[in-house]
Amino acid sequence: MTTRLTLALLLLLAAAGPALAVNPDERLADPVLEARARALSKELRCLVCQNESIDDSNADLAHDLRVLVRERLTAGDTNAQVLAYLQARYGNFVLLKPPVDPATWVLWFGPAVALAIGAAVVIQRRRAQPAPPAPLTSEERARVDLLLADDK
Amino acid sequence: MSPETSPAPAATQPTNGMGRRLLFLLPVAAFAALVGVFALGLGHDPTALKSAMIDKPAPAFTLPPILEDRPGLARADLGGKPVLVNFFASWCAPCRVEHPTLTGLAASGVPVYGVAYKDKPQDARRFLGDLGNPYQRIGLDLDGRTAIDFGVYGVPETFILDRDGRIRYRYAGALTDSVLKTEILPRLEALSAQ
Repeated sequence: MTTRLTLALLLLLAAAGPALAVNPDERLADPVLEARARALSKELRCLVCQNESIDDSNADLAHDLRVLVRERLTAGDTNAQVLAYLQARYGNFVLLKPPVDPATWVLWFGPAVALAIGAAVVIQRRRAQPAPPAPLTSEERARVDLLLADDK
Repeated sequence: MSPETSPAPAATQPTNGMGRRLLFLLPVAAFAALVGVFALGLGHDPTALKSAMIDKPAPAFTLPPILEDRPGLARADLGGKPVLVNFFASWCAPCRVEHPTLTGLAASGVPVYGVAYKDKPQDARRFLGDLGNPYQRIGLDLDGRTAIDFGVYGVPETFILDRDGRIRYRYAGALTDSVLKTEILPRLEALSAQ
């Protein structure tokens, strides 16, 4: 009984193997083209799941887009042409790495600007610290000694 | 304590009084700014993607019919008058939800064209047989390529096209009567008046 259960569990584990989004039947015979297709797939967003690349996603649309990318590469498109083709239909959002344009300036340069402002504030505060008080003159020293002596 | 040994602390930094007061306002200002940002975020649906196809001419396509009494749909059928193009599928639950709204719209005389997205013809036929057919023309997009050319990322999606066959508006998700009233009908009226 236990052996059968173990066997069943092992079979289940074997069947569960790593889930690869790219199906074998999608792959191109040409290894160079296939490598380019994989690289492009990693740059393209699955629009259904939104935070996954089409290379990682099991969504139906991701599959269709992977096939489309391979078709266009096979037809002789450059990588840039493939990206532009999808960008024309789905906008910049289809690119996982957004292009630098006025709409994404905050995204690209915001952190650096925030760091610069923070550094400026720190430097400003350091400078604004008042100078340490001048050391006591010998007259003042004498008065302090006198006062302290009084306390005793 | 004699007055000359205890100078008032404020007197040593006379210029910082104003700056200090402003410093207390800083958290309040930051809080107000966050409230503003969050309020904007509440009204914004992050899954609703902006269509890149707005104001572009509809892409070229030719789709076969699925019903005997209704013609298929091609790029050449678009234009001449403002129309709605609705991507749907029998396997799509929100498509069932929006169906009555679509039927009502079609009954009021608005031309509604359908694209059956990655659907088996017999399933699409059963879907329309069960629920009724609001579409004047229906094309079968078996491989989903026409949908990709329109920038569709999930059914249902509805496009408004003007008399030049240009895409003017896209609604992603199930149409409701309130969406019809606030988004679709005003745009159709404006396009018809042009």
